[in-house]
Amino acid sequence: MSGAGIRAERRAGWLFSAPALLAIALFFILPTIASLALSLTDFDIYALADIRNLRFVGFDNYAALLADPLFWAALHNTLWFVLLGVPLVVVVSLGAAILVNERMVAWRPVWRVAFFAPYVATLVAAAMVWKYLLHTRYGLVNYALGALGLPRVDWLGDPRWAIPAITLFVVWKSFGYAMLIFLAALQTVPRELDEAARIDGAGWWARLRHVTLPAIAPATGLVAILTIIAMFQLFAEPYVMTEGGPAQSTITVLYLMFEEGFQWWNLGTGAAVAVVLFACILAAAVLPALAMRLLGVRKA
Amino acid sequence: MIARRALTALAALFAAITLAPLLWMVSVSLMQPGEAGQFPPPLIPVDPTLANYRELFAAQGMGGFLLNSLLVSTLATLLALLFTLPAGYAFAKLRFPGQAATVQTLLALLLIPGQIGMLPLFLELKALGLVNSYAGVLVPWLAGIVGIFLVRQYALSIPDELLEAARIDGASEWEVFRHVVLPILRPAIATLALFVFLGSWNDFMWPLIVLSDQDLYTLPVALASLGRERAQDIELMMAGSVVTTVPVLLLFLALQRQFIGELLAGSVKG
Repeated sequence: MSGAGIRAERRAGWLFSAPALLAIALFFILPTIASLALSLTDFDIYALADIRNLRFVGFDNYAALLADPLFWAALHNTLWFVLLGVPLVVVVSLGAAILVNERMVAWRPVWRVAFFAPYVATLVAAAMVWKYLLHTRYGLVNYALGALGLPRVDWLGDPRWAIPAITLFVVWKSFGYAMLIFLAALQTVPRELDEAARIDGAGWWARLRHVTLPAIAPATGLVAILTIIAMFQLFAEPYVMTEGGPAQSTITVLYLMFEEGFQWWNLGTGAAVAVVLFACILAAAVLPALAMRLLGVRKA
Repeated sequence: MIARRALTALAALFAAITLAPLLWMVSVSLMQPGEAGQFPPPLIPVDPTLANYRELFAAQGMGGFLLNSLLVSTLATLLALLFTLPAGYAFAKLRFPGQAATVQTLLALLLIPGQIGMLPLFLELKALGLVNSYAGVLVPWLAGIVGIFLVRQYALSIPDELLEAARIDGASEWEVFRHVVLPILRPAIATLALFVFLGSWNDFMWPLIVLSDQDLYTLPVALASLGRERAQDIELMMAGSVVTTVPVLLLFLALQRQFIGELLAGSVKG
C-alpha cells in the first residue's frame, strides 16, 4: 500500500473515532473523575448559586457518611437486595432456561418470548403494575395467598416485607435476560456427554448436578455478578413502589445519592455516596475473578 | 409422551404467571373508575370502557408525553448511530496509532456505571445551559461504549480485501465507509437502533434529573409523577402504564427473533 494510502487511513481512523471519543471524554470520563473531586468539597445549594462558596473539605463527607445511620441503612438494604435477589434470579432463570432448552417441551420459542417480555417492559410502568398487584387489600398476590390458605402480607407497608416484595418484582423483571445467558451456555453443553451419563443410568437430577451445572459454571458466575451489579443500581423500583419507605426500609445506595444530590442539593455528600457505590460495584465485578485466579493458582 | 405433555404444561404455567401482570395491567386499564378496588379483585372488566384513556389524553396531557418520548427516543437512536458507527468501524478495520490502547481503555471503562458521574454531569450541563432540555437528556447516548463494541464486533468480520479493492478503485476512506462498510453493517445498525430506542424509551433516572419542566417530561417521568398525585386511581394508572410500555412491547414482539438471537449470539461470544 502507498504512503499516501496509509496516511489517509490514519487520518480517517482518527476522524471516524474522534466524535465518539470526544463525547465519551466530555460526558463520561470527565464527570466520573469529577465525582472524586466533588466528593472532597462541600458543594451545596450555596455553591450552586455562587461557586465562591465552595470549600475543600478533604474526607469530611466520607466521615459524615460513616456517621450517618441512613447511609448504613442504605448499604444494609442494598446488601439485602443482593442476598435475596442473586440466588432467586439464578434459580428462576436457570429453571426457565432448562425448560426452554428441553427438546421434549413443545412451542419453545413461544415460552422464550413470554419469559423475556418483562425485561423489555418499561421499568416505571411495570413497577406501577406491581405496586397494585402487591396491594394489601385489593392485590392479586394477597388474593392468591388467601386462596392457598395463607395470611395476607402488607408487602409494601411493612418494613420487614418491603425488600422481599421489591426483590420479587426485580426477579420477575430481569430473569428473562439471565435466562438467555444460561440458554447460550446450555447450547454449548455437548449432547453426547448427557447421553453417556443417561446410558450409565444417571437420573435427571444427577445429570443436572454432575454434567450440566459444572459445564455452565462460568455462565452462573456471570449471571451472579451481573445481578449483584444490577442490585446496586436499584433506583426506579423503590422510587415508584415505596418512595424509599416504609420507615426508609427500601432506601438504596443509589436512591441516597439521588436524594442527597438532587433533593437536598448536597452534591459533595452525594458524590461521596457515588464513589462508595463505584467501589462496591468494582469489588463485585473484580473480586470474584481475582478469587478464581487465586484458587486456580493454589490448585496448580 | 406423558413427560412431554407435563413439561409443556409446566412451561405454559410458568409463562402464564410471567405474563399475568402485563395482562392484568391491560384488563384493569379498561375497567370503570373504582372497579379494581374491590375484594375479591376482579380479573375482567364487567363493562369495558376507554374512559381512563380518555381522561389521560384529554386532561393529563398524555398525548404530549407520548410525542416527547417518541422524539427523544428517535433522536437518541439517530445520534447514537451517527457517533457509534464510524467509531466502531475505525476500531475494527482502520490502522492508526493509539488504536489498540484506546480499545483497551474503552474496555476498562465498561466497568464504570453511568450513575457514578451523574452529579458532575448535571453541573457540567448546567454550565452549558443544557439542563431542562432534550439536549441534556440525549447527551449520555452520544457516549455509548457498549454500542461501539457491538459495531466493532460486526465490523471485524469484514474481509480486508474488500476494503483494499475499493481503495484501489480510487474510493476515499469516507466512500469506502459509506458504500462498502455501511451496507455490510446493516444487521448491526438494526440491532443497535433497536437497543438504543428501547433503552432511551425506558430510561427514567436521567430524564427525571435533567427535566424540570413538566411539558418536557417523557412517558416514564410523567407516569411516575402522575402516580404520586393519583395513587388511588388504579384504573387510570394502569391505562398510563399501558400507554407507556405497550409501544416497546409491540416493537419487541415484532422484532423478537432478531432481538433474542442477537443477545444469544452476544453472550456466546462474551
